[in-house]
Amino acid sequence: MTLSDVQSGLAAQGYVADDWLAMALHLAQALGRPLLLEGPAGVGKTEVAKAMAGWRDTRLIRLQCYEGLDASHAIYEWNYQRQLLAIRASEAQGGLPEAQLFSDEYLLKRPLLEAISEEKPPVLLIDEIDRADEEFEAYLLEILSDFQITIPELGTVKARTRPIVILTANGTRDLSDALRRRCLYSFLDYPSKETEMAILRARMPEIEGVLARQIIGVVQALRKEELEKTPGVAEMLDWAAALSGLGVNDLARSRDEVQATLVCLLKTAADYDAAPPEVMDRLIGKVA
Amino acid sequence: MQVTRFPARASGLADRMSGFIAHLRMNGLRVGPKETADALAALSAVEATDFGQARQALCVLLAGDAEDWRRFDELFDAYWFNSGKQRTGIAQNTHVRVQSSKPMIWQTDNETARDGSADTDQATAPDPGDGEAEGMDGKLIATRTANLSRRDLRELMDEQSLKQAQTAAERLARAIRDRRSRRRKHALRGPALDMRRIQRASLARGGEPLDLYRRARPPRPMRIVALCDVSGSMTVYSRVFLAFLKGLVGTGAEADAYLFHTRLMRVTDALQDHDTLRAAGRLSLMAEGFGGGTDISGSLESFLNGYGARALNGRTIVLILSDGYCSADPQALGSVLARFRRKARRIVWLNPLKGWQSYQPVAAAIRAAEPYLDAHLPANTLEALAALEPQFRKL
Repeated sequence: MTLSDVQSGLAAQGYVADDWLAMALHLAQALGRPLLLEGPAGVGKTEVAKAMAGWRDTRLIRLQCYEGLDASHAIYEWNYQRQLLAIRASEAQGGLPEAQLFSDEYLLKRPLLEAISEEKPPVLLIDEIDRADEEFEAYLLEILSDFQITIPELGTVKARTRPIVILTANGTRDLSDALRRRCLYSFLDYPSKETEMAILRARMPEIEGVLARQIIGVVQALRKEELEKTPGVAEMLDWAAALSGLGVNDLARSRDEVQATLVCLLKTAADYDAAPPEVMDRLIGKVA
Repeated sequence: MQVTRFPARASGLADRMSGFIAHLRMNGLRVGPKETADALAALSAVEATDFGQARQALCVLLAGDAEDWRRFDELFDAYWFNSGKQRTGIAQNTHVRVQSSKPMIWQTDNETARDGSADTDQATAPDPGDGEAEGMDGKLIATRTANLSRRDLRELMDEQSLKQAQTAAERLARAIRDRRSRRRKHALRGPALDMRRIQRASLARGGEPLDLYRRARPPRPMRIVALCDVSGSMTVYSRVFLAFLKGLVGTGAEADAYLFHTRLMRVTDALQDHDTLRAAGRLSLMAEGFGGGTDISGSLESFLNGYGARALNGRTIVLILSDGYCSADPQALGSVLARFRRKARRIVWLNPLKGWQSYQPVAAAIRAAEPYLDAHLPANTLEALAALEPQFRKL
């Protein structure tokens, strides 16, 4: 597999990756290392994993991190109810050996264990790792460097195949050096004009050239304004869908629709106030 | 391995790569011998003769965070193309002179560095042939300029003041402890017996209350987020404030410390180092650009957009240690603080200038900020900080 394979593979899934991201994904597969993606919200960090899974035609296993996430939710847990039932049921026959009680049969696989026990290497997405507690990072270290999980009652489970691991972070907390050292790193920023245009073309080919250029121009200009929540790529696509759904062909001539559909782009009251019709007029005037 | 690509010096690439890794390490990236091996493996996975690809691959592999990511291109060029920044000016005091002379040990492997660029990138970087002499500067300078701009904070901290600061910080932390909880919760040790649990557990003992469970009021510490201004106008006070921050973080209370001038950086981890001097050393590495201009609102905003999501909650007290002299728009500060207010419980501004007699908050930034503050208190010496305790009790 080469670098251009990665790019064309993702492009077939409707995901436009720039050179840096393609290189990161290529190396992650070539070296079998996890990839840590950082960047502002809404630049397509999570989408990468979905596109990868689509391209490699494999399962996407997703672990959404949150404060308080622990091993029993992320790695494995014993199915206590079933174990109890089995004990009760076997009491008549003279009991159940303990080894049987702690076997695969009674193991509930959570995303991480599931990911390393698949036959075909899946894409494992560990989303917003910075939301999880620092202790959880320590659990991840064993999995990410050796692709194995130690279960005290069962022994060490080694990965049958190496999953493609993608971690995402928003920078709400510093990640530990130990975790960073095990990962390849890529910083995703808001896309450039050309890249964003390519994304819009790939996702919504039905939008005409003039409108597409205006949409991209306005969104790129909005990102330079001082907003609390800068609109990301997903918001841009929502907005484009809304506009084309309303039958808008030219932003300058459909001012009312533009103002009404701004809810797709601006997600707080303060931001909405910061983009009154006059400001939008200025932005549209600039790109028209 | 790319033996065929470097026929004359098959072992040379490994040497040069370890030189590059050392160069990155001197510039603050966290890389070691394992990364050297990984880097060689990474190069074999891409078209190593394509300079762009090689650079991207190494960046993806070796950068650890967003900061490294942005600096990587410069560091890469400095090593492989000898295009580091030219050093200007001379070292001012003895300490800096000693520091800047340290990297001279590189002179020996400098030659390999120059060869490296010639070999790997014949197309993009034609070797001038007589570049022997200028070749020296390339990777040395990238480090030296960085070192020169760093202030050594070790001279700003001594045992005595640290101890004082620690007690002051401890007291403050105790003063603002959250005392609201009246409910008792299950605890290992506590003044009250948990009858309900004892009853329940006695079932297993045939009705005898053998296991005693207890209840206690849970500790509900307030979280403190301290943002300290280390710009030029604050240099005189930074000694006090850094010691104070160190004390605050070291108390065991939930405290988070950040420094800012034109950028913001988190220093909690560096301050938590038990070795005081090493902590100071790490701090001085981080306080790059220490003593420059200030962008209070910009720094606070980047805090809100990044760390703030996690660091702030309804039980957080935000301490801002600054004199309020700001090069950015003062109105912006007001709106940023309004956002702080929505997320944090209290905002306290500790202002060294307020300790002066007949101080009036005339700086535009301070005036814009005042409506949003819960308290605006003087703090210019350790004694002044220690005297704040009763004020904090009221918050």
